Amino acid sequence: MLGEFMQYLFSGLTSGAIYALVGLGFALIYNASHVINFAQGEFVMLGGMSTVFLSAAGVPLPVAVLLAVAATAVVGLALEKLAVEQTKNASVVTLIIITIGASIVIRGAAQVIFDKQFHTLPAFTGDAPINVLGATITPQTLWVLGVTVAIVLVLQWFFNRTLWGKAILATSVNPLAAKLVGINTNLVLLISFGLSAALGAIAGVLITPITSTNFEVGIMLGLKGFSAAILGGLGSPFGAVAGGLILGIVEAFGAGYISSEYKDAMAFVIILLALFFMPSGLFGKRGTDRV
Amino acid sequence: MSVRLTRRMVLAAAAAFGLTAAALPGGAATAAEPIKIGTFLAVTGPASFLGDPELKTLQMYIDSMNAEGGVLGRPLELVHYDTGGDPNKAVTFVKRLIDQDEVDVIIGGTSSGESLAVMPLMERAEMPFISFAGSKKIVDPVQKWVFKTPHTDTMACEKIFEDMKAQGTTKIAMISGTDGFGASMQAECKGVAGKYGIEILADETYGPKDTDMTAQLTKIKNTDGVQAVLNPGFGQGPAIVTKNYRQLQIAAPLYQSHGVASKQFIELAGDAAEGVRLPAAALLVAEKLPDSDPQKPVVVAYKQAYEGKHGAGSVSTFGGHAYDGLMLITDAMKRAGSTDKAAVRDALEQTKGYMGTGGEVTFSAADHLGLTLDAFRMLEIKNGDWALIQ
Amino acid sequence: MTKAEPTLGGGGVARRRDTGLGARLMRPRTGGLLVLAVVICLLPLFLQNNFQYDVAIKIGFNAIVVVGLNLLIGYAGQISLGHAGFLGLGAYFSAITVTKLGWPPVLSLVLAAAVVGLLAFVVARPVLRLKGHYLAMATLGLGIIISIVLNQEAQLTGGPDGMIVDPFSVFGFTFAKAWQWYWLVGGLLFVAVWLSLNIIDSPVGRALRAVHGSEVAAEVVGVDTTRYKVLVFVVSAVFASVVGSLEAHYIMFLSPNEASFFHSVELVIMVVLGGMASTFGAVVGAAILTALPQFLTFLEDYEHLIFGLILMLVMIFLPKGIVPSLAALLKRGGDR
Repeated sequence: MLGEFMQYLFSGLTSGAIYALVGLGFALIYNASHVINFAQGEFVMLGGMSTVFLSAAGVPLPVAVLLAVAATAVVGLALEKLAVEQTKNASVVTLIIITIGASIVIRGAAQVIFDKQFHTLPAFTGDAPINVLGATITPQTLWVLGVTVAIVLVLQWFFNRTLWGKAILATSVNPLAAKLVGINTNLVLLISFGLSAALGAIAGVLITPITSTNFEVGIMLGLKGFSAAILGGLGSPFGAVAGGLILGIVEAFGAGYISSEYKDAMAFVIILLALFFMPSGLFGKRGTDRV
Repeated sequence: MSVRLTRRMVLAAAAAFGLTAAALPGGAATAAEPIKIGTFLAVTGPASFLGDPELKTLQMYIDSMNAEGGVLGRPLELVHYDTGGDPNKAVTFVKRLIDQDEVDVIIGGTSSGESLAVMPLMERAEMPFISFAGSKKIVDPVQKWVFKTPHTDTMACEKIFEDMKAQGTTKIAMISGTDGFGASMQAECKGVAGKYGIEILADETYGPKDTDMTAQLTKIKNTDGVQAVLNPGFGQGPAIVTKNYRQLQIAAPLYQSHGVASKQFIELAGDAAEGVRLPAAALLVAEKLPDSDPQKPVVVAYKQAYEGKHGAGSVSTFGGHAYDGLMLITDAMKRAGSTDKAAVRDALEQTKGYMGTGGEVTFSAADHLGLTLDAFRMLEIKNGDWALIQ
Repeated sequence: MTKAEPTLGGGGVARRRDTGLGARLMRPRTGGLLVLAVVICLLPLFLQNNFQYDVAIKIGFNAIVVVGLNLLIGYAGQISLGHAGFLGLGAYFSAITVTKLGWPPVLSLVLAAAVVGLLAFVVARPVLRLKGHYLAMATLGLGIIISIVLNQEAQLTGGPDGMIVDPFSVFGFTFAKAWQWYWLVGGLLFVAVWLSLNIIDSPVGRALRAVHGSEVAAEVVGVDTTRYKVLVFVVSAVFASVVGSLEAHYIMFLSPNEASFFHSVELVIMVVLGGMASTFGAVVGAAILTALPQFLTFLEDYEHLIFGLILMLVMIFLPKGIVPSLAALLKRGGDR
């Protein structure tokens, strides 16, 4: 039954890599602002849908991808500049509602600009499945996994080795102190929104060949990505990836060995249990209350 | 200080409430010139790719009917609301259509939930209603004012099982979406399988937004004796199932449902769709029908009109349900010679041999669906296109 | 988290010791209740048909849930993204026991509330230990688990297609007309607001405000914050359950959409839009968000776009929500 086990594992890795990639976007914005951006799933949708429509309009695929990522980044910048930045002292819940409002706006715009049908993109390197130990995995899943790992490495380097990365972390830990030492905190916030929008768009392009896309695909992906980021511990890119993979694997093994009806419920039970014992997620920093 | 402020706020609040009530879109009856056709569809939400072509179809044909002078010498006016697929919202919108917009008839209801939820309202209002949703429960037991255009899920199951039986298949596995469509068809298929001597060895499900179904399919693959697999579902789910099916190199034939009956499915699943079988209305193979087929002129005309406006390959059987609903109701109005609700209903029930995109419809007091199993065709996907079996 | 502002329902003003009847009436608490009663009584004069009654009744239902949820979010500072789960549980408990087992609707409603309250009590302690986004995730997870069960147990619930529900009858009297429902819901809303104001004004309420202000500080001065948070969690779940039961009977149809994640989010938006920590804000938020989509239908394809924009603009310019922000504005005007 090794083949069976391996296939469940691959199935979990495929979904898990997708959740991880989306979860990374949540971690990035949270790192800079302590904001949970509920429009993150919409960035994923925008990346996929823009690429589909640009390439349908005759733009060569690589150019279409670049344009789509750039366009999504602009949307991310606009969201920060026009909405989040205007509400500096708003409570966390207010910010959550604003990003939920943004997600409704982006979906509403997408249904007008694009359409309501499902679309897909060709797999980057073909559909021929790869056989490993009696189980199969598609090349596109390897793309998703590979890019996820690459992004985590780049983010680790960025946050630990570059001035900008350190500025972002400093802003997240204590915005006032960061300002005092001369960090332009507004710019930091702006950049983190732009970056995570671009990240979301890249995720959208990568997963569209597997899942296909339409204007509402961001809702569920956003929800799973949020779950991944929370399970892993907010603000930790590594945690988001681990959280995403764990979620995907729990779902796949749940579906395979127990019951496919309740595989999603099992994933949420795991999250709840994890939070009950580790209230800051698996890799989150243990928080102390500021009084 | 704060006391005064409170009183002022109170007045403001009261004024706001008053305004809200007074400004709720008014229902002033006009000179009653146009015939008002009300509809409520899931234009957004998980069923939007069903609701969207339905709305486009209604708008397109009402425009063209009006260009030709309307019905009974009166223009048609479409009043439509987007339910997002939520039965609760559908109930509010149907009350709005009945009480506020004072429509003459209502057609619509993309999902079974929406349609079932508003049926008691239609009965109470004594207004003809044609649903575009699949569930058998809409017309069984028959309600006086409620009709529907699509085939039932049960018929789809029967058509598929007929085909399986002809192939000598007796043991199958099912993998169903957990959305309304998939769950309803899953239950119906399990109900009628015995009638065709078919045994369901494995019964798996997936969420409508899932990204990978290889786990469930691996279980099916490892179930001994499965001769065919059936996948009731709609949206992107069946496309992912089909791709995963080929990825796992499962040899047994794969059957999809009428829920994937649009060209989109073939685009999404790509090469993996080759060899997939499904029951669908003749609309999908309009041009391939033999010229002797009495349904051919209707489906070719609808397909050309819809694709002429919305692009090649955009036609789906879902829009066809709306077309049939609109044609049936306007035909009944013409035969009744008025828009009197009872007269229209009676005329509707007497519909005989209407040829629509879904098949030949003959209503009776005991049958408000009016379609037979013949209305479904078995199709197979060959070379990226639909092909008729037989 | 920001500290709760003194608002219409807030305790800051209510603690004044005016004893005369006139002064009592002018107190925000009594005054606010009076206005609510007047609005509920006068509104039917503007309602012309079943549809408008339907919108008013749904505003009432939502307002009751949101008043309860506001206790949790606004006063205790605990977010819940899973409240529709409680509402759905109450609704299905009533729908199944009344429609399939023939129980009296009132008995089912009360038992449903008890069961949901008990469930909320059991999960409250582990869940409420979590903070911020982790709490949001846990409540969201709870809500989704409930909604998955309701979707999957089709034998009982009818699955995603939903189920038909019997009408609401009390001792042989059946609520069938819109106006009957209107008065039932209006009366319940009044009671819910009154209860909520009393909870806010009680020692428990003051403890709650302390929790929202600073949990650590509250604990240092000896307030058992957990106990109060659990209490409010249970109360808000019971409000949701009662509304779920009634709404199922009112619509006479029930689908798992009622328990969905979207419905939970919608309820939280109502709380925040109207104004956190303002009971009357909760009512206003419910009214606006329930009625607004009916006004936007003419926008057709642009409906969602504009709805989202309105939501964003309100939250950007009135970050504390409509009622508290307007109250602050009026106050500034009044001081001049």
